[in-house]
Amino acid sequence: MIYRETGQFKTTYAADQAIFPIVQDRFVVLLAAAAAFVVPPLVAGEYWLQAILIPFLVYALAALGLNILTGYAGQISLGTGGFMAVGAYSAFKLSTAFPWLNIVAVFLLSGVIAALVGIVFGIPSLRIKGFYLAVATLASQFFLIWLFNKVPWFVNYASSGTITAPGRRVLGVMVTGPNATAAARYVVALAFVAVFALVAKNLVRGRVGRAWMAIRDRDIAAEIIGVRPLRTKLLAFAISSFYCGIAGAELVFLFLGSAETQAFDINQSFLVLFMVIIGGLGSVLGSFLGAAFIIVVPIFLTNLPHMVGLDVSVALLKQIELMVFGGLILFFLVVEPHGLARLWQIGKEKLRLWPFPH
Amino acid sequence: MIELLRAVLVAPFADMAGNPTFLVEVLLGGIAAGLMYSLVALGFVLIFKASGVFNFAQGVMVLFAALTLVGLMDMGVPVPIALALTVVVMIALAFAIERAVLRPLVNQEPIILFMATIGLNFFLEGFGEMAWGANVKKLDIGIPDTSFIVRGVQMNRLELTAALTAAVMVAVLAVFFQRTRIGRALRAVADDHEAALSIGIPLKTIWIVVWSVAGLVAIVAGIMWGSKSGVQFSLSLLALKALPVLILGGFTSVPGAIVGGLIIGVGEKLGEVYWGPLVGGAIENWFAYVLALTFLLFRPQGLFGEKIIERV
Amino acid sequence: MPGTLAAQSIPDTGPAGGLGRDPLLRVEAITVRFGALQALSAVSVDVHRGEIVAIIGPNGAGKTTLLNVISGFYHPQQGRIVYEGKDRTHLKPFDVAALGIARTFQNVALFKGMTVLDNIMTGRLLKMRGHFLLDALYWGPAKRQELEHRAAAERVIDFLEIQAIRKTPAGRLPYGLQKRVELARALAAEPQLLLLDEPMAGMNVEEKEDMSRFILDVHDEFGTTIVLIEHDMSVVMDISDRVVALDYGRKIADGSPDAVRKDQVVIDAYLGVAHD
Repeated sequence: MIYRETGQFKTTYAADQAIFPIVQDRFVVLLAAAAAFVVPPLVAGEYWLQAILIPFLVYALAALGLNILTGYAGQISLGTGGFMAVGAYSAFKLSTAFPWLNIVAVFLLSGVIAALVGIVFGIPSLRIKGFYLAVATLASQFFLIWLFNKVPWFVNYASSGTITAPGRRVLGVMVTGPNATAAARYVVALAFVAVFALVAKNLVRGRVGRAWMAIRDRDIAAEIIGVRPLRTKLLAFAISSFYCGIAGAELVFLFLGSAETQAFDINQSFLVLFMVIIGGLGSVLGSFLGAAFIIVVPIFLTNLPHMVGLDVSVALLKQIELMVFGGLILFFLVVEPHGLARLWQIGKEKLRLWPFPH
Repeated sequence: MIELLRAVLVAPFADMAGNPTFLVEVLLGGIAAGLMYSLVALGFVLIFKASGVFNFAQGVMVLFAALTLVGLMDMGVPVPIALALTVVVMIALAFAIERAVLRPLVNQEPIILFMATIGLNFFLEGFGEMAWGANVKKLDIGIPDTSFIVRGVQMNRLELTAALTAAVMVAVLAVFFQRTRIGRALRAVADDHEAALSIGIPLKTIWIVVWSVAGLVAIVAGIMWGSKSGVQFSLSLLALKALPVLILGGFTSVPGAIVGGLIIGVGEKLGEVYWGPLVGGAIENWFAYVLALTFLLFRPQGLFGEKIIERV
Repeated sequence: MPGTLAAQSIPDTGPAGGLGRDPLLRVEAITVRFGALQALSAVSVDVHRGEIVAIIGPNGAGKTTLLNVISGFYHPQQGRIVYEGKDRTHLKPFDVAALGIARTFQNVALFKGMTVLDNIMTGRLLKMRGHFLLDALYWGPAKRQELEHRAAAERVIDFLEIQAIRKTPAGRLPYGLQKRVELARALAAEPQLLLLDEPMAGMNVEEKEDMSRFILDVHDEFGTTIVLIEHDMSVVMDISDRVVALDYGRKIADGSPDAVRKDQVVIDAYLGVAHD
C-alpha cells in the first residue's frame, strides 16, 4: 500500500478502540476532510456543486439515518421519504413562523420533531418484524404524504401547494433561499454531514451500537442477555428519523429551493434504501459510497449519449436508465451483497499485499 | 367533541342504513376490488410460499404480461394466439429470472432477495416500456364492461368475471399445493433451500415452475385490471396495493390472499365512501395500510399465516 | 485469575441439598403447555449456591424449555420461579438478566455480524449506564466506561484463552470456538447463576476437556452456580454435584451423579445399559 501499516502496536485499549487506529489513516482522513471544506468552494463550478456535490451530501445524511435503522438495528424501513418530509415541512413552518431563529437551530429542531414522529411510528416494531415491519413503515410513508397534501396549514395556505425556503444567514453569509451561493450551501451541508457522521460512528462503536446490532442479529438472545428491545428499537427510530428529518430540511433549503410532497414520495424511500444496500448495510462509509453511487449514475447515464455522440430521446433515455439502474442493483447484490464498503475493504486488503496475490 | 364523535361513530352507519341498495353496491364494489387485489396477491403468495422470496416485481410482471398481450393484439394477432404467446413469454421470463437472479443469490438473506426483486422491478419497467411503448392501452379481450341490475342493485359484468376467475384460480392453486407431489416439494423449498437440495429436490425446476405459474397468475390479473382501467404504468404499483392484503392474509396462505383481499377491498371502499368525506377524501392511499397495521398489532403473523413460534 | 470479576466471597459449597441455607433458585411445580403439547409437568428443582447441577434426559424432555422458563422467555401456566427468595416467575427476560442470570444457547446464538470482542462486550451491556450525549461524542465518562468494560472483557478473553480471535467476526469462527465465545459472553456479565445449554454439543474429546476445565475454573474461582444441560454422561459424572433427569416433561430423578446413574427409571428412559 501507499504507506506501511505494520509495526504500529497499540499499548492501550483507548488506542485500539480509536476510529482510525493507524496514524497515517487518521492524517489522511483529517486532511481530506479539511480539503473538502476548502477546495470545492474555490475550485468546483456551479454545476458540480449544485447537481452533484450538494445532493450527495444531503442524501449521504439520509443514507446515514436509514443505515442506522436498517443496517445497524435491523429494522427494515420504507418510510424514509415520509420522515424526510416531516423534517422539511417542520423546517419550513419553523423558519417562516420564527424568522429570527438561526437556520442551524431550525434544522436541529426539525430533526427533533422528525425524531418524535419516528418514535411514534416505530412503536409497532416491538410486535412486528421483518417484511411486516417494512409494510408497516409504508403505512407511515403514505399517511404522512397524504397529511402534508391535505392540510394546507403545512404550506402556509399557499395555493400552489409548494414550500419554498426563505433566505437565511449564518455568520452573515446567506446560506438558503434564492440568493445563497452554491458554495455557501455546500459548506453548510458538508458541516452537518461531517458532524453527524462522527456522531454516528461514535454511537455505533459503543454501547448503543452494540445493543442495536444485537437486536439485529439475534433479537431473542439479545433480550435474554439484557438488551431492552423496545427501548433499543425506539432509539434507533428516533435517531434515524432525526438524521432523515434534517436531510429532508436540507433537501428543500439547501438543494431544491422549493418542493412539493412529490419530492418525498415512495420513490425517495426506495432511493435511499438502494443507497444503503449498495453502499453497505451497517457501515458509515457505506452510506457515503452508496449516496455517491446513486447520485452519480443517473447523471452519468443522462450525459453518456451526448458524450459518445448519440442522440437519444428523453423517454428512451429514461427507460434505459431504469433498466441500467435495476440491472446494476441486481449486479451488486449478486457480486457483493455487502456493498461497496466491503468492496473497499477487499480492495484495501489486496493493495496491502500487492504485488503478491495472497 | 360530541359532534366529532357523532360524525365518526354514528353518522356513517346511519348513512349506510338509510340507503341499503347503495350500501350493497358499495359492498359489491369493495368485494370486486378486493378480489382483484387478491389476484395480484396470489402471485406473491405463490412465489413466497415456494421460494421464500418476496417478489416485489409481481406488480410489474402483471404490467408486463398485460403489455405483451395488448402489444401482440395491436399487431393484429388473434386473441387466443396472443394469449398463448404471452404465456410463452412469461415462461421465458421465469427462466431468465431463475438464471439471472435466483441462482446467483441462492441462500442469501431475505432482504437481499427482496432488494433484488426491486431491482428486477425497475428493469422490467424500463424494458416493458421500451419494448411496447409507454402509452395507455386499451385491453379488450371480449369481456363486456357493462352493468346490469339485479333486484335493484347494480352489478358489473367485468367485475363479476374477475371475481369468478379469482375464485377458480384460488381453488386450483390450493389443491395444487396441498395434494400434488410438486406442491409438497414447493413447500419444502420455501422452508429451506439447502435442505431441499440435499434431499434431491430439483431447485432449478421448482423455481421455474413457480415463477411461471406466478407469471400465469400475472397474465390473468393483467387481463382483469387492464380491461378495467387500461394497461398503463400504474399497474406496476399494484404491488404496493397488494401488500396490505398479504399482511392480513399472511404471506404463505392462498385462501388468506382471498380473505385478505376481500377485507381490504371492502374496508377501503366503505372507508372511502362513508368516512372519507370527513377528512377530505383520498384516504384510500393509506387506509388499507393502516387497516393492515392495526391487524398486525393483534396478530403479527396475519390472519392465516403460520404462527411464528420463536425458539431459542 | 483472582476473583476480580465476582463481587461475592467464595460461598459455602456444601453437599447436595445444603442444609440450613436457602436455595439460590427454586423451581416450584412448573407446568408449561404449548397448545396441546405438555412441555413440562409439575417440575420442581432446587439449586443451591455454588452447586453444579446437570440436567439430563432424552431429546424433547423439556430441558431447554426449563432453562427458557428460568430465563423468563417462557412463562409457565402453573408454578413459580423463586430466585434469591423472591418470586420471579413473570419477569421479562431482560429483567431476569439484570438479576445476575446468564445463559448460553443450544444453537449458538452469537451475534454473527459483530466481532468476538463486541459479542463479549454485549455481555457487559447491563452494567453500562447510558450517557447518551456523551456517547455521541465518545468523550469523558462515556469513553472511560467503554474502556473500563473493555478491560473487563479482556479479562474474560484471557480466562478463556481466546485472545487470538478477538477481532474476528463471530460468524467466521469454527463451531467449537463459537461455543467458547458464547461462554465468554455469558461470563462477561459476572453472573451469579450460569445456565448452559449443551455447552459441549458437537465437540471432540479435546474440546470437551477444555470446556469442562473452563466450567470448573469458573465455578472454583468465582463461585458461580451452574446449571447445565448435557448429553455426555462422562462429563456429567465428572463435573456435576447433582443430577436431575427429565423425561417427557417430568422429573424422574434428582440426586448425586452415582445415584442417578444407577436409577432404574433413568436407565429405562434414557441411559440404557451397555451391551457386550
